[in-house]
Amino acid sequence: MAGAFQERYRPGDSRIHRLDPRIKTVTALLLILGIVLTPEHAWPAYPLIWALLGSMAEIGGIRAWRLGRMAALVLPFTLAAVALPFTMPGRTVFEILGLAASDTGLARFGAVVLKSWLSAQAALLLTTTTPFTDLLWALSSLRVPPTLVTILGFTYRYLHTLKEEAERLIRARDSRSGTLPGQKSGGSLWWRAQVAGAMIGNLFIRSYERSERVYLAMRARGYTGEMKGFSRAAPTINAMLSGALPVLVLVLIEVIAVILWSS
Amino acid sequence: MSHHTIEVADLSFTYPDGHQALNKVTLGVEPNEKAALVGPNGSGKSTLLLHLNGVLRSHEGSVCVGGLPLNDDNLGQIRAWVGLVFQNPDDQLFSPRVYQDVAFGPLHMGLDEKTIEARVSAALEAVGMGGYAQRTSYHLSLGEKKRIAIASVLSMEPKILVLDEPSAGLDPRARRNLIRLLQSLEYQTMLISTHDMRLVAELCSRTIVLDSGSVVANGPTADILYDAVLMERHGLETP
Repeated sequence: MAGAFQERYRPGDSRIHRLDPRIKTVTALLLILGIVLTPEHAWPAYPLIWALLGSMAEIGGIRAWRLGRMAALVLPFTLAAVALPFTMPGRTVFEILGLAASDTGLARFGAVVLKSWLSAQAALLLTTTTPFTDLLWALSSLRVPPTLVTILGFTYRYLHTLKEEAERLIRARDSRSGTLPGQKSGGSLWWRAQVAGAMIGNLFIRSYERSERVYLAMRARGYTGEMKGFSRAAPTINAMLSGALPVLVLVLIEVIAVILWSS
Repeated sequence: MSHHTIEVADLSFTYPDGHQALNKVTLGVEPNEKAALVGPNGSGKSTLLLHLNGVLRSHEGSVCVGGLPLNDDNLGQIRAWVGLVFQNPDDQLFSPRVYQDVAFGPLHMGLDEKTIEARVSAALEAVGMGGYAQRTSYHLSLGEKKRIAIASVLSMEPKILVLDEPSAGLDPRARRNLIRLLQSLEYQTMLISTHDMRLVAELCSRTIVLDSGSVVANGPTADILYDAVLMERHGLETP
């Protein structure tokens, strides 16, 4: 459970860490856009993109293979595309349970998996090198609706509180989970499920009421629906160039991909 | 079978973040004795209490309850013997109705329905909350919640009661009722962690002072509580 909520940010003093968060966010978004637009048959482009992300990770003080492993987290979600090989027309490659997998479908599925994995790396590179508060600030200065940014901020802030609350509940439950010698203990599966359900419901009510208290406490301090932050100077030309460099490399890869490998 | 005792020997515990909360703690509580555990915030009181029924486990030192060493084989039995009442009753009350919270322990033990019903009403009676079985615990007052939390371990008929700051946040009347309730529970060994020195003076025959994870004093309450120098040195006050 602890792992799921672990802070992604890894403190450091690399070139990437020091880069203006606004630039980093835009760069990451452009990289993801570029990855998504890669022609799907341009197989040689994928290792090149991976090399680009990997070298950026190394500059940011993260091992490239580690970033790749972290990004594997998104692979289960690509299962949503698992029907592709069986629904797209094309030459049959193999058959399972009477369903024929086509070559074009398999290629598209492979491209979806690779693109998801690479995009996740670009996003993770951003979150591991940027403190969450900086990221929120970058989003709001990039004109993301303030309500959305505020919701993100609160989710992040109270996720830990919620986790601790859940852990205390579980601890108190375990502490009363006694057994007697020679007596079957633990209750039925149905009963345990009911207890777990009650705990989840309880946690929901508490969070809901906490949100009301937090809101009142904010109102009491003059909150009107807008989060005020400190303003910062516009990004320097130097920072813009640093952010543009990986995007240009990706554009180069994409141009080559379109010319040479997209047939 | 059991002797209602707690014996802790050379217990050390370090949290995963490297913070050492307990450092070679040795203490014992006699059958039917009511002992107080006092000490400043962060002295390791709660950490120690969580060891007494194996919610936290340490590899350094030993915990013996009712003569049984705390290990994987005895864990369930020890949890049935030691009723741990948490500081925040909300942690303990997670069911839609008071009845279900009080019945949780006996249900987990696998007792039959008749016994459970009898135990739940006896436990609620003991804490003076007889009419509350069908109430929703979430919106009771803090004093009521505390008493329900105590009932939810009394229903397990524990031999030992371990209470973490039972009087914190209570108004004078609720606090008075709580002290009376604890006084009325004669058959349980008690270890009470608290900052409420007047409660200690009224309720506990012995006081153990914990500071920075170590036992720094352990003796009759009268000797310790009124030793102003000792109390002040460890961030405490005489009653």
